[in-house]
Amino acid sequence: MQLIQQSKQESLPKSKEINQPQFFPYTNNQGSCLGICGEKFAVLATDTRMSMGYSIVTRNATKYLKLTDKCVLVSSGMQADIETLHKILKARLTIYQNQHQKPMSTPAISHLLSRTLYYRRFFPLYTFNVLGGIDEDGKGCVFSYDAIGTLERVRYSASGSGSALIEPILDNQVGFKNRGDITDKTGFLEEDEVVELAKDTLTSTCERDIFTGDFVHIFVVNENGVREEKFELRFD
Amino acid sequence: MDPTKKTLQPYVTGSSVLAIKYNEGIIVAADTLGSYGSLARFTDLQRMSKVTNHTLIGGSGDISDLQQIQKTVESLILENTGFKKDEEPLTPKEIQQYISRVMYNRRSRFDPLWNHIIVAGYQNNESFLGAVDIFGTFYEDNTIASGFGAYFAQPLLRKGYKEDLTKDEAIDLIKTCLKVLFYRDARTINKFQIAEVSEGGITISDPFELETHWEIADWQEGHL
Repeated sequence: MQLIQQSKQESLPKSKEINQPQFFPYTNNQGSCLGICGEKFAVLATDTRMSMGYSIVTRNATKYLKLTDKCVLVSSGMQADIETLHKILKARLTIYQNQHQKPMSTPAISHLLSRTLYYRRFFPLYTFNVLGGIDEDGKGCVFSYDAIGTLERVRYSASGSGSALIEPILDNQVGFKNRGDITDKTGFLEEDEVVELAKDTLTSTCERDIFTGDFVHIFVVNENGVREEKFELRFD
Repeated sequence: MDPTKKTLQPYVTGSSVLAIKYNEGIIVAADTLGSYGSLARFTDLQRMSKVTNHTLIGGSGDISDLQQIQKTVESLILENTGFKKDEEPLTPKEIQQYISRVMYNRRSRFDPLWNHIIVAGYQNNESFLGAVDIFGTFYEDNTIASGFGAYFAQPLLRKGYKEDLTKDEAIDLIKTCLKVLFYRDARTINKFQIAEVSEGGITISDPFELETHWEIADWQEGHL
């Protein structure tokens, strides 16, 4: 019996797959995320629209995770994978808290996230994350990722369907790129300036990106903890 | 891997399920058809079922997978209440999360359960209306429509929804949507069931027909 099976397998062309429809396990639920850091704070924002194809499935989806009092994660991409990732991280942070009697630091979480994503290198979690908060020195920090865990500490970042519209605005307004009027390009914006900028950026983005809209969740992380705001976008 | 062991395409399928919240509960509706491709194969299937005294699940997509999910959820309930009858039963939210994990697991094994499940519940004076899809995606909303209903009924449900919608208004709205689906979705038949999920528990109606008018079809281009 085994011999027959073996010979059957050998007679098949090895380079080609058998022609059969294969289930495609990914879907993109779209949405935008952004993160901006200041000197002693970080602001993260994400919209609440969830799409499937060209349909709006719900206008009130959440895709953020408050990890500690000093760290917030916002994610876009496939909702089921995002939720799975968030559940894994939440569990890992609980274990850390129980073992060390203190919450994990934001830079440590940034590496935990990177490794969690890379662990699934050959069947990736289809998520595009922006992590932000304040580090051990109380400085604002934002970390940018790709789906398989590439990690970079940045001053600002955007991900998701509207990222191509958000990033250039942040380049100019936060990174001071092509700004003849500003000589000190290493400066930071103030907290209320950043919150207003995040709102304006997403309001502009949803004018052109049909997958971004409805509401925005905004998180301000500073030494006092995490402050949450909800802001209205286009509802169309 | 043996390809015959997987649902690579659905066989007997159910079409849309519609649901809307009203001021003191939820109305869920579906037709009773199980299609075999374009053949109306089974005409008296119930696609909604009561899983606890507070929670109802309805589903579209592959009927055998749906019945499998119903059995899985039933055994989950049994496991959680068998010896602990005094304890709080599983909440609708917990049941939705359970179904979501089952669906996500199956999609991750490239062996999905080909369904869109709607979970409706009323427990502790609170309405719950949520859904889970083939990938394990889950969400909550005031109105939910699966299958073709996502395109035809969902816009009507969203337009008709308001905070203080009464039961009669909700049923009227749902019936309008069912009629639209029967007119335009070729995988829907004129035999529907409406379920009510509220304080008083769950009641699933007997199948009924809606009044239709085909004489207006004469004005439709191409209709003889």
